Amino acid sequence: MAGNNPNSKPMNLTLKVWRQKNSQATGKLETYNIKNISPEMSFLEMMDVLNEDLLLQGIDPVAFDHDCREGICGMCSLYINGRAHGPERGTTTCQLHMRKFSDGDTITIEPWRAGPFPILKDLCTDRSALDRIQQAGGYISVNTGGVPDANEIPIPKSIADKAFDAATCIQCGACVAACKNGSAMLFTSAKVSQLALLPQGKVERKTRVENMVAQMDKEGFGACTNIGSCAAECPVGISLENIAMLNREYINASFTSENV
Amino acid sequence: MSWFSKTFSSSIGRKLLVAVTGLFLCSFLVVHLVGNLQLFKGDGGASFNIYSHFMATNPIIRTMEIVLVLGFVFHIYEALVLTRRNKSVRTVAYAYNRPQDNSNWSSRNMGLLGTVILVFLIIHLYNFFWRARFGEPNMIDIEGTGYDDLYSVVVQSFHIWWYVLIYVLGQIALGYHLYHGFSSSFHTLGLNHKKYTPAIQKFGAFFSFVVPAGFAAMPLYFFIKDVILS
Repeated sequence: MAGNNPNSKPMNLTLKVWRQKNSQATGKLETYNIKNISPEMSFLEMMDVLNEDLLLQGIDPVAFDHDCREGICGMCSLYINGRAHGPERGTTTCQLHMRKFSDGDTITIEPWRAGPFPILKDLCTDRSALDRIQQAGGYISVNTGGVPDANEIPIPKSIADKAFDAATCIQCGACVAACKNGSAMLFTSAKVSQLALLPQGKVERKTRVENMVAQMDKEGFGACTNIGSCAAECPVGISLENIAMLNREYINASFTSENV
Repeated sequence: MSWFSKTFSSSIGRKLLVAVTGLFLCSFLVVHLVGNLQLFKGDGGASFNIYSHFMATNPIIRTMEIVLVLGFVFHIYEALVLTRRNKSVRTVAYAYNRPQDNSNWSSRNMGLLGTVILVFLIIHLYNFFWRARFGEPNMIDIEGTGYDDLYSVVVQSFHIWWYVLIYVLGQIALGYHLYHGFSSSFHTLGLNHKKYTPAIQKFGAFFSFVVPAGFAAMPLYFFIKDVILS
């Protein structure tokens, strides 16, 4: 199954995969041996090969989250060898290639672990807690009607860049998975910063940050201790500076908003 | 719930309290260190005893003492509440985890370091503060006035090897705690900007070395001078 590159030799690997029937069941790591894996494959393609093997053996295939497989949708997850989205920085699991591993390696694959992300089955987690944080205030209210002219509202380039950087968050939840405290502050801060930086988002900025932080706490996420593992593991490179901005926005809103 | 209690029971509000009290405690460290440098004066303890008499009797200092205790209480209480919350998030631990690949040891172990510092603090308070305030040290005559001879209490303590060891270990824990805590406090306060954040981080690293090193120098100085070299 080696790919087109004549130098790439197929690999044999030992996988330790978390298997769990449903959210109530207790799971455990199962060991599977997998042969002839091309280094050109993505990690998820390797998982597909594993599942084909398991099906042939009459074993229930491993459930894992995936969708676009292009690194943009934020659906894939997996805690691979002790790291969210695997050992390579700045990539999602679907963009992680098997060439990053060596023949004979043992790879431990676990789901995101956090109370607010219950395991649905095997490696699939329910990350809708992040959706509910977003719904609590991660939007702007606009009137319908005629389409406004482009660039009608001037925005300094540096601000637009910062907002865009924050907006690249794909809501995969790696920040929560990597955080020792299971905190969702990098996610929440990216959403709050993105909107608070732009004129259209400033209208609701105080209520937004208050509601989103309240929802974040209500979902049971931990509190940030500025360790920085979230930003280090983030596949799209959301900066820790956003958390400072979230704190700033929240402190300001707490003392100056009209919500008593 | 009022806006005030809602703010300070939220995760960010509690973090804010830990950060503010932490920075306040940093300011205490500076005052404490500068005052205690009198130990090195080599005047047989006269200036240190006058200084400690002032610290024990001045009404402003006595009032600040209460504020300081409150600073410690809030810092520890809020950190405990947050730690308990954070521990409850991940009930099933990762079978295989490599946090060392993405973060500093000190930043992940603030609770452990803080506990070591607290144990040190209790020993330290019992030995010096308790004895100074409630014990009866020998009186010493300095320029016609009688003072408690705390200098001798300090110097004699620092002749005991295991006491010196406790002090040095306590200061190492403090150093690592400050290494993360100092700059982290500014981050929690939302003070982050490319103009001054690098300076805060550099100063934090400097502070986390110089302050504990200054404190550790005191037991080491008396132990080396009076025990090893004599």
